[in-house]
Amino acid sequence: MKIFSPKLNHFDFAPIIMLIPAAIILLCVILYPILNAIGMSFQFYVISRWKERRFVGLENYIKILSDDAFHVAIVNSLRWVFITVPSQFLVGLILALLLNRKFKGRGFIRSICMIPWVTSGVVIALMWSWIYNSNFGVLNDILKRIGLISTNIAFLANHDTALNSQIVVMIWQGIPFFTVMLLASMQSIPLDLYEAANVAGANALQKFRYITLPFLMPTIFITSLLRFIWVANNVDIIYQMTQGGPGYSSLTLSVYAYMKAQKSMDFGYASALAVYGTLFMSILMVVYIRLLNKKEQNR
Amino acid sequence: MTTNQFFNNSKYWAKKILFIYFPASLILGFILIPYLWTLLTSVKPTEEMFTKEVIYLPSVITLKNYQKLIFETSFPSSIFNSFKVALTTSLVSIFSAMLAAYVFARYEFKGNRLFLGGILLLYMFPSVLYLMPLYSMFNKLNILGNVYALVIAYTTTTLPYGIWLLTGYIREIPFEMEEAARIDGANTWQTFFQIVLPLIRPGLVAAGSFIFITAWNEYLYAVMFTTSKSTTLTVMLSSLVREYTVSWDLLTSGGILAVVPVATLFFFMQKQLISGMAAGSVKG
Repeated sequence: MKIFSPKLNHFDFAPIIMLIPAAIILLCVILYPILNAIGMSFQFYVISRWKERRFVGLENYIKILSDDAFHVAIVNSLRWVFITVPSQFLVGLILALLLNRKFKGRGFIRSICMIPWVTSGVVIALMWSWIYNSNFGVLNDILKRIGLISTNIAFLANHDTALNSQIVVMIWQGIPFFTVMLLASMQSIPLDLYEAANVAGANALQKFRYITLPFLMPTIFITSLLRFIWVANNVDIIYQMTQGGPGYSSLTLSVYAYMKAQKSMDFGYASALAVYGTLFMSILMVVYIRLLNKKEQNR
Repeated sequence: MTTNQFFNNSKYWAKKILFIYFPASLILGFILIPYLWTLLTSVKPTEEMFTKEVIYLPSVITLKNYQKLIFETSFPSSIFNSFKVALTTSLVSIFSAMLAAYVFARYEFKGNRLFLGGILLLYMFPSVLYLMPLYSMFNKLNILGNVYALVIAYTTTTLPYGIWLLTGYIREIPFEMEEAARIDGANTWQTFFQIVLPLIRPGLVAAGSFIFITAWNEYLYAVMFTTSKSTTLTVMLSSLVREYTVSWDLLTSGGILAVVPVATLFFFMQKQLISGMAAGSVKG
């Protein structure tokens, strides 16, 4: 990076002024709220009983540890993240490989595929709820017609299917993101590498394993990291489809924290939950980055 | 054509169909069917929506559901609110992000890198952590229910994103022109507005559209910070679920109308959007 430090006779205030708008916003609406929320997690702070607001130390944190919903939410969050992200990646990769070939209408198909990426979580949730609908849903109808089921399944109202049905939605939502990123990085692979491989008589699988994959590794690393965070933090789809129910069967940690804040307006408890969620994610991130670094070194 | 050639040719096509067209159409179908089904439902007469056996193709195509949505619900005003919020959010974020990004890209100072890394870290905090303090803050400032409170809430995510993206963008452009301008006596402001700004215009448009789409689609803050007067599109749509439990006629048409503007924006912007996203994340 080049450094801009012309020898000026006077002190240049311009860069400082340029930083002011962003700095004000960052301080007021990002840094202050985060510190404030951490502060709230040590308080009894329920909006409907705001007069009783007081410092209670670690009470919220201790209470959470013996909260049944919290235990279920952790397990659900793990399933939510570890089934969703690898599946999204896999389907996204296959689609990117397919779209990386030349065929008629490729450009159009490519842009069509990306629509889920720019569709609101609320709209996604309502489209899929209509498909999953237990009385008039098209999925039940198809499954009945091909003879897989004889009576309708209430996909979103059943303990065993609620979370998995929503995992499918989440996978669907994230495919375009991986496809876009992987396609972009595939196009930066020098073509003469493939030509050389053809001359050496490599088959498609070998070309993928020894040329494409190593080139994609940095992109795979960063995109899956971003996606892990994004999926773990996602609230709107589950909130809209089942609100974590029936019971706690599709409750994830983020949804639980959001519901505590938005429905019960228990800001103290909700912020403690969110702090746990952030810690939980930081641990996963550190493990993930460590594992990848180790792999790099072994290579 | 000899038999051998024909055999090879058909083998080639069989392979192409089996390994390219078949899996591609399977995935494409998976991606597109929800939209097609929503669109089909939205143009169906209501009585054909709720039948024991699903009617796949409507007997007549009707725009009644759209009519009802536009003339009998608060859909038009909520779409207008969403537009206002999304546009203001992108303008505010892009304006403050571009100035900050220029400083991050071109000046070396203590904490420059640390700060950029920290911005990425912000991405990790769940939005509920911002939600509650912002709620208390807006409550104190007495702006709860004001659509512009949402703009403030959205900048929590869009500003860091904008700074990050535009810093990468500015670093990509060659430095020589700015240097020449400096030698000719231009000050920092002139250099930025006359040299750098025209060069990063595509980046600004891309980041701006992405922020617009994000704000347009947002729900979690919107439901907390708006009142019935200031509802945005997503809040209005989700309220249909609760008020009229099976109002699928309005929901499907509303869903389609909510997707169309952002999908159109995306179609025009996709080249810049994708290259910007990819550049940002690979080099991040």
